[in-house]
Amino acid sequence: MVPHDEERLGELLGLLPPAPAGWVRAAQELPFALRGLDEIIQRARTDAEFRVRLVADLEAALAAAGYETRRPLLDAVRERLPELDS
Amino acid sequence: MTIEVTDAQLVERCRAGEAAAWNELVERFSRYVYAIAVRAYRLSEHDAEDVFQDVFARTFERLDSLRDDAAIRPWLAQLTRNACVDRLRAGAREQPTEEPLAEELDAEMERLDDALDVRDGLSALSDDCREVLDRFFARDESYHTIGEALELPAGTIASRISRCLRKLRAILEGRKPSPDTSGG
Repeated sequence: MVPHDEERLGELLGLLPPAPAGWVRAAQELPFALRGLDEIIQRARTDAEFRVRLVADLEAALAAAGYETRRPLLDAVRERLPELDS
Repeated sequence: MTIEVTDAQLVERCRAGEAAAWNELVERFSRYVYAIAVRAYRLSEHDAEDVFQDVFARTFERLDSLRDDAAIRPWLAQLTRNACVDRLRAGAREQPTEEPLAEELDAEMERLDDALDVRDGLSALSDDCREVLDRFFARDESYHTIGEALELPAGTIASRISRCLRKLRAILEGRKPSPDTSGG
């Protein structure tokens, strides 16, 4: 790294303000929010009806199957749905 | 002063499923991801939040595909840049937006990388120094606010900041900071 004088160090520190606390907390909770992802994908592979329900209405299908329908889980399942067709 | 866990160690612990390590990884890189979204790509807070969550979700899901654990920072930077570009292009379908120029982006990314290096250096400072520098420069707090929060006379904050910056500079230059007895 290029050496900096104190003024420049202050400027650089100012480039990285904290992200909003709620965003950080939500990201830290991702492992909990994504719990069940692999299980859902596995079930969708073997249960054609469940797969059809997922494609038709993802949130309703997951809620009906007893999963918490947090956004990260919905996004992650949505992203992996195409791989079920292959 | 805190004992710094390297990026590679942190990634390894995340992969092993340690919740505390994941919390720390998010904490360590949250400012960087946020800054790329709002400073380099100038996303709105709303879009930046989507990118932020998306980047950490992908990181969590794809950590196994990272070939070099020590390279988490450039890997995250690239994930964030891709997510920002996707967001800008999706938004442009509804309302034309201007993507930042490549040279501007590269220069800004270089500055943010420098800033993260400097921030890493904070971990070698005392808690007091780290806090006062973070509050003043990164959180943009006034001497008065800092003084109240840290129960210090506002008149001493400027000299404390100056002293802590000197120490930080010495650390980043590989020198041992000169000792002082003022607790700062």
